[in-house]
Amino acid sequence: MIGKEYYAVVAGMGIVTYIPRLVPVYFMSGKKLPGWFIEWLDLIPAAVLSALLLPELFTTGVPRIFTLFSPETIAAVPTFLVAVKTKSLGVTVITGMGIYWFLDIIVK
Amino acid sequence: MINRIERGGAIAEGLAASGPVCLGYIPIGIAFGVLAQKAGFTPLETGIMSLLVFAGSSQFIAVSMFSAGAGAVSIIVTAFVVNLRHLLMSSSLSLFLGRAERKKLFAFAYGITDESFAVNISKFKNEGWDIDRALAVNFSSNIAWIISTVAGGYFGQFIKPHSFGIDYALPAMFICLLVYQLKGRIYVFTALFAGAFAVLLSLVLPGNSYVIIASAVAAAAGVVVKKRAREGL
Repeated sequence: MIGKEYYAVVAGMGIVTYIPRLVPVYFMSGKKLPGWFIEWLDLIPAAVLSALLLPELFTTGVPRIFTLFSPETIAAVPTFLVAVKTKSLGVTVITGMGIYWFLDIIVK
Repeated sequence: MINRIERGGAIAEGLAASGPVCLGYIPIGIAFGVLAQKAGFTPLETGIMSLLVFAGSSQFIAVSMFSAGAGAVSIIVTAFVVNLRHLLMSSSLSLFLGRAERKKLFAFAYGITDESFAVNISKFKNEGWDIDRALAVNFSSNIAWIISTVAGGYFGQFIKPHSFGIDYALPAMFICLLVYQLKGRIYVFTALFAGAFAVLLSLVLPGNSYVIIASAVAAAAGVVVKKRAREGL
């Protein structure tokens, strides 16, 4: 890396990353928004969490390929059931890790 | 006095809520630190990037672009595109921050990541959550990220990866936080639509633009379905 230039590029990355984080929360908080838009925003968390999670579970490699059965997807089933049953984040995370660890050992 | 106690309680609650995020950041942060170290970054350079950018996937991409000798502009533009998805998360958090002090929003925005968003949005929906608690989640996640990435740069080679299933901490956390969101048929529909669409898009589009496209389209579809149902069609 070349000293100052590196830090300038990283600062640039920081600024362009910060803007989309700041602008909506700063300008929309406390504002009166149209009803359809609030309904849309209300559905965003479920949509985003699922859109982050499912490709993580069901695809692998670069470029990505679809995988139906992998330690990730198999562990997801009991982890999901524990989450539904207990509604506890801590219990779910520990159970998920344990099952995944176990599956990972078996597969290897 | 009471104010200070309340504040301390808020910070403690935020720290407790950030536990799974911090746990999940450890293996990813160490992996990032190792990668950066192998690419010739010093721990200081790694730490400064974690501090200024604080967005995992874009940092991984930046390291490989730096190693490949990419230009400054293309590295910065790539970071912008990869991190644009936070726009949706920041928008959805804004619904709950109407009463927050404006100046705290500047600090809060810095700490919005996929993971801190997932925790905070679930907490906000269940009441009893505010900007101080949310800030505590963001900052402890931030500190866990910076320390893990720097530690990876120093000691990464000596740590055995994939121990204790720790790689599954974040997927398991997302599974649970997604379950929290499924409080009615419309949420289940939206989540299934977004997830399936995201998987499909991720197979054909490079990068992570599938997150923002699939989420925005699925939520729009949800709004339409809800409207149809109301109108009895």
